[in-house]
Amino acid sequence: MTTVNTIQDLTGGEYKWGFVTPVDEDNIPRGLSEETIRLISAKKNEPEFMLEWRLKAYRHFMKLLKEDAEPKWAHIKFPPVNYQDIIYYSAPKKKPSAKSLDEVDPEVLEAYNKLGISLNEQKRLQGVAVDAVFDSVSVATTFQKKLAEKGVIFCSFSDAVQKHPDLVKKYLGSVVPYTDNFYATLNAAVFSDGSFAYIPKGVRCPMELSTYFRINAADSGQFERTLIVVEEGGYASYLEGCTAPKRDKNQLHAAVVELVALDNAQIKYSTVQNWYPGDKEGKGGIYNFVTKRGKCLGKNSKISWTQVETGSAITWKYPSVILMGDNSVGEFYSVAVTNNYQQADTGTKMIHMGKNTKSTIISKGISAGHAQNSYRGQVKIMKDATGARNYTQCDSLLIGDKCGAHTFPYIEVRNSSARMEHEAYTSKVGDDQIFYFRQRGLSAEEALTMIISGFCKQVFRELPMEFAVEAQKLLGVSLEGSVG
Amino acid sequence: MSLLEVRDLHANVDGKEILKGIDLVVNPGEIHSIMGPNGSGKSTLAAVLARREGYEVTKGEVLFRGKDLLEMKPEDVACEGLFLAFQYPVEVPGISNAYFLRAALNAQRKYRGEDPLDAIDFLPVLKEKMKLLEMEEQFQSRSVNEGFSGGEKKRNEIVQMAVLEPTLAVLDETDSGLDIDALRVVANGVNAMRREDRSMILVTHYQRLLDYIVPDYVHVLANGRIVKSGGPELALELEREGYGWVEEALAAK
Repeated sequence: MTTVNTIQDLTGGEYKWGFVTPVDEDNIPRGLSEETIRLISAKKNEPEFMLEWRLKAYRHFMKLLKEDAEPKWAHIKFPPVNYQDIIYYSAPKKKPSAKSLDEVDPEVLEAYNKLGISLNEQKRLQGVAVDAVFDSVSVATTFQKKLAEKGVIFCSFSDAVQKHPDLVKKYLGSVVPYTDNFYATLNAAVFSDGSFAYIPKGVRCPMELSTYFRINAADSGQFERTLIVVEEGGYASYLEGCTAPKRDKNQLHAAVVELVALDNAQIKYSTVQNWYPGDKEGKGGIYNFVTKRGKCLGKNSKISWTQVETGSAITWKYPSVILMGDNSVGEFYSVAVTNNYQQADTGTKMIHMGKNTKSTIISKGISAGHAQNSYRGQVKIMKDATGARNYTQCDSLLIGDKCGAHTFPYIEVRNSSARMEHEAYTSKVGDDQIFYFRQRGLSAEEALTMIISGFCKQVFRELPMEFAVEAQKLLGVSLEGSVG
Repeated sequence: MSLLEVRDLHANVDGKEILKGIDLVVNPGEIHSIMGPNGSGKSTLAAVLARREGYEVTKGEVLFRGKDLLEMKPEDVACEGLFLAFQYPVEVPGISNAYFLRAALNAQRKYRGEDPLDAIDFLPVLKEKMKLLEMEEQFQSRSVNEGFSGGEKKRNEIVQMAVLEPTLAVLDETDSGLDIDALRVVANGVNAMRREDRSMILVTHYQRLLDYIVPDYVHVLANGRIVKSGGPELALELEREGYGWVEEALAAK
């Protein structure tokens, strides 16, 4: 019937961030070897402990590669990745410096302007500090001085290694060890940059911290690593965004994020993921294989993940919380949108170890076109986690009749005092729904926007205000195409 | 000028001809009832008037307020003032009745060049109409039709109609699935909306709705054509004698 076309038209949005910036880049040769690792470490002028750690990870990765240990359990399909055909380090030649924006390649600044991210502090939205990561390096971090007044450290990972090696040494790999999983191991070996934030005791970080990741170079992979540590009674809200050019070839993005919250500390981590999703036939796009985990180390601590995932050809990520401290709280709010031939296998892990620990999982999957969208979540209540509670809700929305939604919940309870709740439903945006709206005077685009925002409401309200607006718009572009 | 003029309307569904030449004129303030056996094309006619996709008009024309209805998008038909009360109202999870209806009303106001109503101005209007249909206040914050009983869904359609104040309301089997009390509530709501400049088309299989809402004209639809038209007495005749004679008359042709 012709009706199916309406939904297809509505979901045929164009990716608007697909441009390439003509910038002179310093690329190292393709491929992965011990030499590659040494080269990356040398380029970053790293202390010995970093190189050692990378090399251990590299050796472990080569072992995994030999054992063919690439995870196969996710509900995704892709041709084998040739890990020797990737450029592991690519950076704009003009040497960036945190001191002044004048030293940043103007083409790079222009790229960020085009993306709506101004790195000029005067023009920035008040209250948001940005670390801009371009391919393998951080090109600028704003508001560092202002944050330093409060004792907050916010800088690129490379800077942190130079200026705060003790903190890096103490916490690097403490949440996601280099042996954690295939992609995390690769990341540990080759990661080139990322953001670092440290909030001292009792400090409420006065502004939103954010990182904007941009992949520009062809055939490169982006392997960033973010580490956020919040000391006793501190608070940080962090947001990351990301985009990439349109290319026919798939590109790998394997990031690691580690969060540590001490006693009474809170971390709110939000992601708006908009990597290039590939074209309508499923050609190209980013493989987004990411390991994100937070550790509620202290009592009464809280870690909250909010993610809006609209991009990437494949998304494989499970932002998790290890609830070690008594009374600690873990939250996961997710909207994952897949259109055309995108695939997403995403969810969370909540590991309850401390007493009276509490976790909430709200997952909303939206599938359109031929896309496959899976929720995969694990809730584990350990023996000593007396009084643990979990609430899980995972809902799926299907747009059209060629896409799929799947849920894979895993629940493991070893303490009988645990209270668990699980809810799930799947609904379909049907032509009859769209027609119902139109018969009341609303356009098809308005109908779809309303249906989707109604569906995502619970997650969007967790995002910082201005980003909620962004996210809603992004969803509009990802799905409706015709909505301006 | 007539409000609605349907001339020699032919329409296909999935390649099969369902409407085979309908002629119908509705003037302002008139209530017409379209009756007929199952499969006669009643709901198809309602769907074509609302410009639902999947209904292919092969011949004929429809003028609504003097404009070519068959050239309009469904939302424009709605904004021009044609309201369809659905036989099977659709559930929309996550969107409250109040939000949905205000968005719809504002879309129509925008079309007419009027300013949108904010929530503060809108809620009293909604409350008044809900009262008319004896719906509890909590309905406004519940998701559109979600978990509603059959009767509640039909009442909700009439609440929507009361808020949107159409020029022409097409009620597609609004009486089906209603018990006698719910039927009375719905009919009272509809009757309260009768006005000199508002017309209605009641599509129904049974006469019982017409005990409560008395039409000016009754048309009998069979096999895609209007085979007989008359006053309210025709409905009673059908009730008495059934649709058998219609089929016999068709067979004789």
